[in-house]
Amino acid sequence: MYGRKVKLRFIFVSTILLILILTVFLVLKSLEENVVYFQSPSEINSLTELTNNKIRVGGMVKENSISMNSNEVNFIITDFKNEINVTYSGAVPNLFEEGKGVVAEGILKDRNFFLATKILAKHDENYMPPEVKAALEEN
Amino acid sequence: MFKLLEPNKIFQITSKAPKYVLFLFVVVLSVGLVEALILSPEDYKQSDAVRIMYVHVPAAWISLGIFSSITVLSISGFIFKNKNFFLISKSLAPSGFVFNIIALVTGSIWGKPTWGTWWAWDARITSMLILALFYALYLISWRIYENEEKVFKISTFITILGIINVPIIKYSVDWWNTLHQPASINILSESSIHSSMLYPLLIMTAAFALFSLLIFLMKYNTELIKIKNKGLDRL
Repeated sequence: MYGRKVKLRFIFVSTILLILILTVFLVLKSLEENVVYFQSPSEINSLTELTNNKIRVGGMVKENSISMNSNEVNFIITDFKNEINVTYSGAVPNLFEEGKGVVAEGILKDRNFFLATKILAKHDENYMPPEVKAALEEN
Repeated sequence: MFKLLEPNKIFQITSKAPKYVLFLFVVVLSVGLVEALILSPEDYKQSDAVRIMYVHVPAAWISLGIFSSITVLSISGFIFKNKNFFLISKSLAPSGFVFNIIALVTGSIWGKPTWGTWWAWDARITSMLILALFYALYLISWRIYENEEKVFKISTFITILGIINVPIIKYSVDWWNTLHQPASINILSESSIHSSMLYPLLIMTAAFALFSLLIFLMKYNTELIKIKNKGLDRL
């Protein structure tokens, strides 16, 4: 139905697209460590060596783990398999709460202790009015 | 196959369409804004900050949709040697770019009160920034090359490079740990957004789509007039 040239151009474009997809896939695969924004406590736990570089740890703030005093906040980040103690001095974002997602940026002192220089609250994908939330909690 | 696409016939329709589209846009936008800013409930956790979503999410959707359309049109234009497809792409691009920037800016404004930062180099945000760069490249390519054949080829190549980024944007939140939350609206499974927030979001999306259509028609008419002035009656 179409001429030979049309077919040739179609094959040409398809080949370019395939090659590019493959390249990007391989690049991303090898750079995976840098693409992730944070690591989970389990990933930290399985590190072979600790660095002094700034890293980010993310997970849930463990229930009943936040303790605040005048100049610092202590809490535990958990992924329900492993935990890590975090200490931070500074203002925390509004959405920082127990049982909610958090990302801490800072330096790992050892596998269980993290000195944060910045705290970010991670928001989840649930959107609902307060009444619905209250009804859900009642059930 | 493309006989219907003669400029004179198209122009008859596209020159009259903008005023109707503008009217529809104003109506849908007003309804959407009232729904989003007044009638819809506040969120249980982020309270009124959720209202930024009604601009942020539709803007991001439209910019992704337009980039995908541009790519399909440019590739088809290249394969079938159809100039009209390129002109449609060229006319679509500006509104896609604007919505991309709006998505980035509103995301930043939302990020400060909720996350605690204006900007994070996470996969979703970075890939969205890269999309904006591809839009910019695409638009610039039409400005710097005089030779039509050259523009067609280069702009098509830019869209092919850029389209690979689109699935990365979509799935970045599932593939990697990101600060950005995963999608709330799922076609195959239940959505995690309450219906009282979903409807305003869909109305705002319709409003933004109409705005894109309006800008597209205006740009496209300009292109058709340029062709008319050159005295060519076929594309």
